[in-house]
Amino acid sequence: MSVRLDAPRAAWADRRPPAAARRLVSRVGTFCLVELQKLRHDRSEVVTRLIQPILWLVVFGQTFTRLRAIPSGNVPYLDYLSAGIIAQSALFVSIFYGIQIIWERDAGVLTKLLVTPTPRAALVTGKAFAAGIRSLAQAVAILVVALLLGVRYTANPLKLLGVLVVVLLGAAFFCCLSVTIAGLVLKRDRLMGIGQAIMMPLFFASNALYPVSVMPGWLQAISAVNPLSYEVSALRGLLLGTPTTLWLDFAVLSLTALAAIGAASALLGRLAR
Amino acid sequence: MAAGPDLGTVPAIDVHGLTQRFGEHVAVDDVDLTVAAGECFGLLGPNGAGKTTTIRLLVTLLPVQTGQVRIFGLDVRRKAMAVRRLMGYVPQQLSVEGALTGRENVTWFARLFDVPRRERTARVDEVLAMMDLTDAADRLAATYSGGMVRRLELAQALVNRPALLVLDEPTVGLDPVARDSVWTRVGELQSQYGTTVLLTTHYMEEADALCDRVALMHHGSVRALGAPDELKAALGPQASLEDVFRHWTGDQLAGEEKGGLRSVRTTRRTAGRMG
Ligand SMILES: Nc1ncnc2c1ncn2[C@@H]1O[C@H](COP(=O)(O)OP(=O)(O)OP(=O)(O)O)[C@@H](O)[C@H]1O
Ligand SMILES: [Mg+2]
Repeated sequence: MSVRLDAPRAAWADRRPPAAARRLVSRVGTFCLVELQKLRHDRSEVVTRLIQPILWLVVFGQTFTRLRAIPSGNVPYLDYLSAGIIAQSALFVSIFYGIQIIWERDAGVLTKLLVTPTPRAALVTGKAFAAGIRSLAQAVAILVVALLLGVRYTANPLKLLGVLVVVLLGAAFFCCLSVTIAGLVLKRDRLMGIGQAIMMPLFFASNALYPVSVMPGWLQAISAVNPLSYEVSALRGLLLGTPTTLWLDFAVLSLTALAAIGAASALLGRLAR
Repeated sequence: MAAGPDLGTVPAIDVHGLTQRFGEHVAVDDVDLTVAAGECFGLLGPNGAGKTTTIRLLVTLLPVQTGQVRIFGLDVRRKAMAVRRLMGYVPQQLSVEGALTGRENVTWFARLFDVPRRERTARVDEVLAMMDLTDAADRLAATYSGGMVRRLELAQALVNRPALLVLDEPTVGLDPVARDSVWTRVGELQSQYGTTVLLTTHYMEEADALCDRVALMHHGSVRALGAPDELKAALGPQASLEDVFRHWTGDQLAGEEKGGLRSVRTTRRTAGRMG
């Protein structure tokens, strides 16, 4: 058997490196595609990851809607909660990416990725968008379940597009936050510990379950610097029309996502040493 | 646009005074190496000699602290991205994405190496065929045997038609037939397309058969360097590359490691008789 390759030298001659911006777009596209392929091969994961958010919606949501214990303004509590659960689900999915990158390091895949002509920032951005893809898959599934439970959302395509962007930005932040921590602690079990330790506080110190107004002062202060709160506010504003300062939400989410991408890119090399 | 690197006249690999410390430990100690374009070069040495560390420095995984590394004339410190475009790398550890199929694994790398879209499918098919993986291409890589994973990794490393192929123990853990097929393919690449190959292996006979030149590393430094025949002739008319290996590294080994080495040799002899 003799399959012939063309001479590598000739191949090199017509190959120019793409411009940085094009390369970034291409890499992000590649990582998203790979994520979709992985999802396609293991669809059960979307389903198993749906169990928890559905429990929140069905058990917690329906119960507290009846109790009327949590003031949710002029929307039913279940509607109010569903936006928080979308954000929570994206958080849980994205925090996993730090663990995944350590796993990839241990499996040697990261090593090979780092030897391709892919700048660290493009690799991290690619991962961030990959987390976004998974988060979106979760979000769509949760929206469908919520619709079945009788929740009413906007049908405005522009607002739905906004929801998509918000979920992507939130996922990018939490994904890169966990990759940053991975770059600091370098060990999977330590990261799992830290991930568990910050996931729940991030969730409870946000407006995902209850409005900021019912929180004690110290918790309000934490919620004010918690990107998850801005994500939830934006999702509620877009999906349900509750009052929020959308430009502020988008600004906070964009800036924190950018900062986290920067931090994660800077620390990524540590994982390869 | 700067001109591409010169793939003909400058050495493929040019290393000067390369030193790598991990804390107090000197893993690579003032190494000088030059590998000509088109050459097949073997980095040999006992466990812990510093082969993998040297390779990690060459492929831009570890930042070069002391010394200089040029790949086709490009300084790895300043031109890392250009250097990576020229290389295919198979690390010591078996590593593919098990949750993707073989074809998806290769296509992934074709994209990461900016293989033009219109050529991509053909190129992926080509390297899969070259590695005898066409039939298994659409199975998840998690279901592959060790030998298939290695061949898949070679396919990934070849999809950008590298000018320099870096292989860190490409045949470890493979059965003799699979080892043979890997080496045959590497040999083909080198002879047919002028690909420069840098490899490490613990199989001396294979290094002897395949490499134009070898360097024997021990405790981080290069102890002997030359064509296998030269190194053997310097030792005696009957000497094998294994004897050369033992001569340059064996005497200085700690007792425990020595035992390990000897037992490896005995096993290999036995295997040789049975084969
Ligand atoms: N990241 C690291 N931190 C600390 N020490 C390291 C690191 N990587 C390698 N070393 C040390 O450097 C030395 C050389 O290791 P290296 O992996 O380069 O050897 P090798 O020649 O590839 O061995 P083998 O044949 O077993 O693969 C070893 O003593 C190893 O313990
Ligand atoms: Mg090694």
